[in-house]
Amino acid sequence: MQDDIVLTMRGICKYFPGVRALNNVDFTLRKGTIHALMGENGAGKSTLIKVLTGVYAMDGGEIRIDGHEGPIVIHSPQEAQHYGISTVYQEITLCPNLTVAENMFIGRGSGRGVDWKGMEKKAGEMLNNLGIPARPRQQLGSCSLAVQQMVAIARAVDAECKVLILDEPTSSLDDKEVEMLFGLMRELKSRGVGIIFVTHFLEQVYAVSDQITVLRNGELVGQYDVKDLPQVKLVEKMIGKDLEDLSGIKNNAPAGSENDVFYEADDLSSSESRPFDFHIAKGEVNGFTGLLGSGRSESVRAIFGADPVTGGTVKVDGKQVKITKPLDAMKHGIGYLPEDRKRDGIIADLSVRENIILALQVIKGMNHPISRAKTEAFADEYIKALNIKTASTETPIRSLSGGNQQKVILARWLLTHPQYLILDEPTRGIDVGTKTEIQKLVLKLAEEGMSITFISSEIEEMLRTCSRLIVMRDRKIVGELTGEELTQEQVMKTIAGGEQ
Amino acid sequence: MPDKKQKVRSLQREPLTDAQMLMFISIGIFVVMYLAAMLTLKGGFLKPQMIFDLLNDNAALIIIACSLTVVMIGGGINISVGGIIGLTVMSCALFLNGCMIESSFVSILLTFLLALGIGLAFGVAEGFLVSYLEIQPFIVTLAGMFLARGLTTILSVNPVKVTHKAFLELVKVKLKISWLGYTAQNGNLIPAKIEIGAIVAILVVILMALMLRYVKLGRNIYAVGGNRQSALMLGINVKRTIFWSYVISGLLAGLAGFVFLMHKPAGNASVALRGEMDAIASSIIGGTLLTGGVGNVIGTFFGTMILATIQKIIALSPLNASWWQEMANGAMLGFFIVLQSVVLSARSKSRIKQNSRKQNAPPVEEGPPQTQ
Repeated sequence: MQDDIVLTMRGICKYFPGVRALNNVDFTLRKGTIHALMGENGAGKSTLIKVLTGVYAMDGGEIRIDGHEGPIVIHSPQEAQHYGISTVYQEITLCPNLTVAENMFIGRGSGRGVDWKGMEKKAGEMLNNLGIPARPRQQLGSCSLAVQQMVAIARAVDAECKVLILDEPTSSLDDKEVEMLFGLMRELKSRGVGIIFVTHFLEQVYAVSDQITVLRNGELVGQYDVKDLPQVKLVEKMIGKDLEDLSGIKNNAPAGSENDVFYEADDLSSSESRPFDFHIAKGEVNGFTGLLGSGRSESVRAIFGADPVTGGTVKVDGKQVKITKPLDAMKHGIGYLPEDRKRDGIIADLSVRENIILALQVIKGMNHPISRAKTEAFADEYIKALNIKTASTETPIRSLSGGNQQKVILARWLLTHPQYLILDEPTRGIDVGTKTEIQKLVLKLAEEGMSITFISSEIEEMLRTCSRLIVMRDRKIVGELTGEELTQEQVMKTIAGGEQ
Repeated sequence: MPDKKQKVRSLQREPLTDAQMLMFISIGIFVVMYLAAMLTLKGGFLKPQMIFDLLNDNAALIIIACSLTVVMIGGGINISVGGIIGLTVMSCALFLNGCMIESSFVSILLTFLLALGIGLAFGVAEGFLVSYLEIQPFIVTLAGMFLARGLTTILSVNPVKVTHKAFLELVKVKLKISWLGYTAQNGNLIPAKIEIGAIVAILVVILMALMLRYVKLGRNIYAVGGNRQSALMLGINVKRTIFWSYVISGLLAGLAGFVFLMHKPAGNASVALRGEMDAIASSIIGGTLLTGGVGNVIGTFFGTMILATIQKIIALSPLNASWWQEMANGAMLGFFIVLQSVVLSARSKSRIKQNSRKQNAPPVEEGPPQTQ
C-alpha cells in the first residue's frame, strides 16, 4: 500500500435480488484529499457508501484501510467508526432538543454519568479549532442548518477519523452556507483527513474536489483528477450512451407555435423552486432535463401546485388562473404523474380499479359518486387500452410489476381527460418493453392534441419524445433546445455549462 | 472561514432552551395563581400549612406525574399508572391484613417491596412490549390498565380497610415544623405537618431531576424522544433506553401506590381512578411535550401543584362542585397547550429570522430536505 493512500476498495460486488447494484468496483482514497463520488440515480453511489460503512455486507471484494494489515470486514456503522470511517448524512442526524455539546458526545464514552463541564469544555475547544460558529451550550435546534451540519461533522471527526464520508451534505443549504461548509472541508483536508464527497451539484464538485470517481449502473466508469476531467466530460461519463434500439420512435412534430399556447407561467416559484418562466403549446411534448437535483422535478411540482406556490402568474388557455394546490391544477385540466411512484402515486392496498378511478372521483367531488358498474367499465377499458397486465380489476395494485403500476397511474390521469399531462420519470425502474409502450403512448396523445411535459434521466428517451427541451442546472433554467439542437452532445454541453 | 481568533465561547450564559422556557412559564403561573388565591380567598391560603396539605394530598399524583414525564420525554405514554396504583393499594392492604409476621418492621418492609414489585413487573412487561416488540405504547399500557383494574377487582370487590396496627401508626407519623405553624383561636400552637409520602414525593422529584440531567440514561431518553432515528445514528441503544424508561415509570407507579396507602390506608376498586389522566395533564402543564424530547420533572412538580391549587381554590369558593373542578382543569390544560404552541412557534420564527439575518440570506426550510 502506498504511503499516502488511506483507503482502498477492490472489486467490490453487491447483489440484491434481481439487481447487480455493484459490480467489481474499485475505489482509492488518498490522505488529505477531497474525492467526489459521482453518478446518476441507481449508479451505486449509496450502495458503495453503505458497503463501506457496514450497513450492507458486500458479496465480493476487499477493503483495506491505513493502519490495519490485511483486508478488513465491516459489519456495522459502529465498527466502521472504530476503523476511523465516519459518515455525515444528508439529513441531519442529530437531536435538535439537546445542546451542541451533547450532540457531539452523546452515545459515546464509558460510565453512566454525564460530565457536563468536561464535555462542554472539550466541545468548545473542538468548535474553536474547526472554526465552527456554535456555542457548546446552545440548543442545537437554534442553530442554522449549515451550522448543524458542521456540528455533525465535528462529531464525526474525532482523533481517530481517517475517512470522512459526506453524503449530499449541501442539498438543503444556500450558497453562503455551502461556502462555510467548504471552508470546514478544506480545514479537515489540511489535517490529512480523506473526504469522500457525494453530491449532485457539479459546480460544487469543481469548487472543492481533488479527484472524481464516476459510477454508472453499478459499474466503475473511472477515477480521474479534477483537472483532467472537464465538466462536459463528467456529464458524459455519468449519463453514458444509451444503446437500446428504440430508433423507431421519434417526435417529428415541430416545437409548438407561440400563439397556440395552452399553459403559460411567468416568474412562477414555489417553496422548493426558484422563479422561472415556462409555456407549452397544445399538442406539444416538451421536457425538463438536467442532472438530479437540478430542479427539474421541483419545477413541474410548482406547475401542478404540489409544493406551496409562492409567486408568479399562471395563464391557462389565455385566461389568468390561480393554481396553488393540486386540485386547482386538476380542475384546469392538468394531470401529474409523480416521480416517486411508491410515495406519491399508488395507494398500495387499493385495487387496480380503485387506483384508476381516484383522480376522476376527486375532480367530480365527494358528492357525485361514480357507480360501481361505471368504474368497472372504466377500469376494463383502460386495462385493455394500455395493456395493463393484471389478474383482475380487483387485484391490489401492489402485486403488480413496476411497469404495470405506472400504467395504472397513467390510466388514472387519462381517465380525467387532461389537456396537459406532466410525466415525471414515467419510465424509471420499468422494463424496456413497457418503456417503449409509454413513449409511443406519449406521442400518440400529443398527436390527439394533449400537451405533455416529459421528464426522464435518460437523455436518449427525451430526445425521442420531446420537441423542445428545457435544460436546468443548479435549480436554474440554463437553456432551451429545439429542432436541430436536439442532440445528445448539445444537451450534455448545456447541462455542463458550456465549458469544454 | 470564521476567524479562529474568536475567544473561547465556551461557558457563557445561553438563552433559555424551549424546555426551560416552558418550565418557567408553569412556575410563574403557579406563583401568580397562589398569590391571587392568597389575596382573594385568604383563609387557609395564608397559612403555610396549605402548601403542605397540597403536597400531602397529592404525593402519589406527583410521583406518577414524574413517572409519566420520564416516558413522555422518551416519546412514549403510560396510561396504566392509575391502574397500577389501584392494584398496589389493594394488594398491599390485603397483604397487611393477612400478614402473620410478628415483626411489624419486616411486614411493612415486605409490603413496600410488594408495591415496588408490582410496579416493576408492569414496567418490565410494558417496556419489553413497547421497546423490543415495537407495539404502540398507548395500546400496551391501555392493556396494562385494564389488566391492573381487573386484577384489583378480582382481589376484592369490596373496599378493604387496613387493620395492621403498626402500619396505621406509620400513617400517623408526620414531620412537624413548629415555626411554620399558626396559633389557633384557643391559643394553641398548631405546627405545620408533613406526611412521609410528601417527603418521598419530593425526593422522587429531586432524584428524577438528577437522573434526567446527570445520568447518561436520562440524556439518552431526551435524545430518543427528540429524534429516534438520530438517536440511533448517534450510537444510542434506543430500545434499551425506551425499555428502561418504562421500567422507571412502572417502579414509580408502584411506589406511588405505597405512598397512596400511607395517605389513605384503604383499598377499593376505584382508587386513583383516572390518575393517569391527571398525571398526563400535570406533565403537560409542567412543560412536557407529548411529541417527546422536551420536559423536566421540576416543571411537572409545579404542573401538579397548579392542578392541586385549582382544586383547593374551587373547594373553598362558592363553586364547589365536581364539574367546576373538571372544567377548570380542562380549561387550564387547553390554555397551556395553546400557550406552549404559541411560545414555541414564536421562538422558532424569531430564530429563523435571526439565522437569516446573521447570514443575510433567505430563511432555510426547517426539517429534512425534500428529496428530488
